[in-house]
Amino acid sequence: MTTLAFATLLAAAIAGYAWNRRAASVIRARDGRLHSLSGYHGLYSALTVLVPLVVVLLLWLLLQGQVIDWLVARDAAQELAPLGLGERQLAMTEIRSIAGGRVFGTPKPWKLEAAERLVSLRSLSGIAMLAVLAASALGLIIAARRRVSAGFRARQNVERIVSGLMIFCSLVAIFTTVGIIAALMFETARFLDKVPLSEFLFGTNWEPQIPIREGQVAAEGAFGWLPVILGTMVISVVAMVIAVPVGLLSAIYLNEFAPRTLRAVAKPVLEILAGVPTVVYGFFAILVVAPAMRSFGASLGIPVAPNTALAAGSVMGIMLIPFISSFADDALSAVPRSLRDGALALGATRAETMLNVLFPAAIPGIVGGVLLAVSRAIGETMIVVMAAGLIAKMTINPLDSVTTVTVQIVTLLIGDTSFDNPKTLAAFALGMMLFLVTLVINIFALRIVRKYREAYD
Amino acid sequence: MNDTAADIVRQSLGRRRRKQTMLKAFGLGAILFAFLMLGILVASLVSSGYKAFTQTVITLEVLVDPEEIRADRLPRGGFDDVLAATLVSRIPQVDPEDRAQMKALEGLLSDGAQFQLRDLVVDDPALIGQVVEITVPLSDPYDQLAKGLIDPLTPEVNRRVKDDEIGYFRTLEEQGLIRQALNTWLLTNADSRFPELAGLKGALIGSAWALLICFAISFPLGIGAAIYLEEFAPRNRVSDFIEVNINNLAAVPSVVFGLLALAVFIGWFGLPRSAPLVGGMTLALMTMPTIIIATRAALKAVPPSIREAALGVGASKHQVVFGHVLPLAMPGILTGTIIGLAQALGETAPLLLIGMNAFITSAPDTPLDSATALPTQIFIWADSPERGFVSRTSAAILVLLTFLITMNAIAIFLRSRFERKW
Repeated sequence: MTTLAFATLLAAAIAGYAWNRRAASVIRARDGRLHSLSGYHGLYSALTVLVPLVVVLLLWLLLQGQVIDWLVARDAAQELAPLGLGERQLAMTEIRSIAGGRVFGTPKPWKLEAAERLVSLRSLSGIAMLAVLAASALGLIIAARRRVSAGFRARQNVERIVSGLMIFCSLVAIFTTVGIIAALMFETARFLDKVPLSEFLFGTNWEPQIPIREGQVAAEGAFGWLPVILGTMVISVVAMVIAVPVGLLSAIYLNEFAPRTLRAVAKPVLEILAGVPTVVYGFFAILVVAPAMRSFGASLGIPVAPNTALAAGSVMGIMLIPFISSFADDALSAVPRSLRDGALALGATRAETMLNVLFPAAIPGIVGGVLLAVSRAIGETMIVVMAAGLIAKMTINPLDSVTTVTVQIVTLLIGDTSFDNPKTLAAFALGMMLFLVTLVINIFALRIVRKYREAYD
Repeated sequence: MNDTAADIVRQSLGRRRRKQTMLKAFGLGAILFAFLMLGILVASLVSSGYKAFTQTVITLEVLVDPEEIRADRLPRGGFDDVLAATLVSRIPQVDPEDRAQMKALEGLLSDGAQFQLRDLVVDDPALIGQVVEITVPLSDPYDQLAKGLIDPLTPEVNRRVKDDEIGYFRTLEEQGLIRQALNTWLLTNADSRFPELAGLKGALIGSAWALLICFAISFPLGIGAAIYLEEFAPRNRVSDFIEVNINNLAAVPSVVFGLLALAVFIGWFGLPRSAPLVGGMTLALMTMPTIIIATRAALKAVPPSIREAALGVGASKHQVVFGHVLPLAMPGILTGTIIGLAQALGETAPLLLIGMNAFITSAPDTPLDSATALPTQIFIWADSPERGFVSRTSAAILVLLTFLITMNAIAIFLRSRFERKW
């Protein structure tokens, strides 16, 4: 039905285009004067059909589910009323699956009835949608056709519509940000209804799965995020300890010392490292790195947890090498040539020029890049989901198993989730904190990078 | 001692040169470290993944026993018994009356074998009573044994195949019935609980739907936004704000986009869970900043003389942009888009949150059906305890990397072939 509706709209737009274009050509052939090219008259028709009707269609598709559910629930109000919220949702799900042809056991007759009603309402909605769209498309085509005349400013009208569309496209970025903030705030507020803010921010216990106190509103466990963020920091530090020196040294080498052939090879290799999906790094961590570290630790007599923070962190560090290296390379290349030439002319070696002149001059850009890498490390998900632990511990020992914010978000939300459970809501609260922390770091880093760039341009 | 400046310099020169050599050595070491890590990554994936591209199969001549399988009861019938009888006839050391031995024997063939036979017979009921030759996969432990992944010398209790079972296998092997075949199931089957039957079809189709939707949304939106910001927007606070916004969106952790999708698309709009439609919409929001940034760079690279010439002959601002600047910027835009889509193809975390990691044994027909995607399938398999899934995970990763490399190669080709230096 949806495909048919889109096809109808497309056909209507093409028909409107052809009709208007033809009419304009006729006027042009007859009078020889036309304000806009006939193609613009065609486009005017196509756009006046498409733009409003696509909006109508999308709204219809978005809302029809809710409206139909509401109608079905109203008809079955007698049977649904005595049920609790959860049972009501369960009943609606069952009705929906019966309507979809998946009948399990022998459902109660009222459910069958409701399912039938659901099916008939759905087909009714589909037919109504098609009828509304076809009728209004016809109306819009005719309206557009009647505006075709020698003096009609079709081009200006088309350009105005196109400008409007482009402004809408730019606003989508803002809608996305607003959507993220709204979704996170809304669910976090609901979470804070059940768990006090002070417990979330300063609690040192994170046990979202295990009930500990009887009769408490949030009787599902403890929700103090400190051990979780501590784990995130442990892993991020391990990652940066690997990524920063390796990334910076490779950037210095590539920028100043590398023979051209090596540079030509190394750049694409680093790009490949940067393009490997994180799920692959995660698998690499559990397949190779973690067992290697474990057996190395065992040979030294040091106990290493099977999902040690060291494994996840070091693989994350490998992932971040190209990121830091390319930022540092850009920053070093942006240092004006005169500084380099001046230092070399005074008799400094190339190493001295690099370490005492170029590198300090590039520091702001490098710091920006490193900060962006830190924000990435904090927000990185797949590597830690696969290779880090699940249990939150207040420890800074990288050989131990720690958990991270992103791991907790994913484990709390994987599988079936309902939106009224503190466990689910806790994930959103963690998401909110993650968003805020990375946002602050990103804004700071982007500002440094940008300011620095302006200084030398 | 009255050293001249030149003497002091000369004396210190050796030390300074050594310092330079050391810096160089460290730099080279860093590069080599990165190379080494990439090498180990690829080598470990290939060495564990290549085995999944073949599958141990057995070719059997099966008598479709009319007593077990009756035409009027199809598609029911004792297909497993027929297969077991065939195996017994091939392995003399098995006593058909011994329950334990028979059970062990049935574990030799994959669970999919009887369904393969059933489909064959259902398609052509005339086969009942005849001898048919079919090639079916062996079950995972025997597959591992055939590939040498199970060491027969480890103590029997620690081994997934027992000594008698190895004996059965060797007997069949000596008769030349067992061979390694190209594992086409890896691409033509959907997911399964049994490693030997699990394939990537569902994940590939799910990923294709998600990418298609991602492209259909993010490409027009991204280009529209970029053109507006680059060519039309007045320089003021609003456009600055939008710009900062886009740059920030590009750096927001992907898992946050998953939370957005879960709360808004699934929670508020009521779109179905696990659907490639929702996955595609989420990926589109993440890809859009990449496309906007690439498009703006491409538009900026078109020299102003083009715009001025078009304006000079009387084109309107829109005509200049859509008739002249945009076509010239298209190669750059496409390159950026393909790179953005390649990133989207490897993105996992947001898809996990919207439930695209479900266990689904059929490929999706529409973007509203439940499905997995290639990276989430990798995640599922990496989490599975069965030994056979380790090599399959590596194989799936190799498939994913092949796609990514192909996409990037196309992008590089486009860039080198069509991009103009002005």
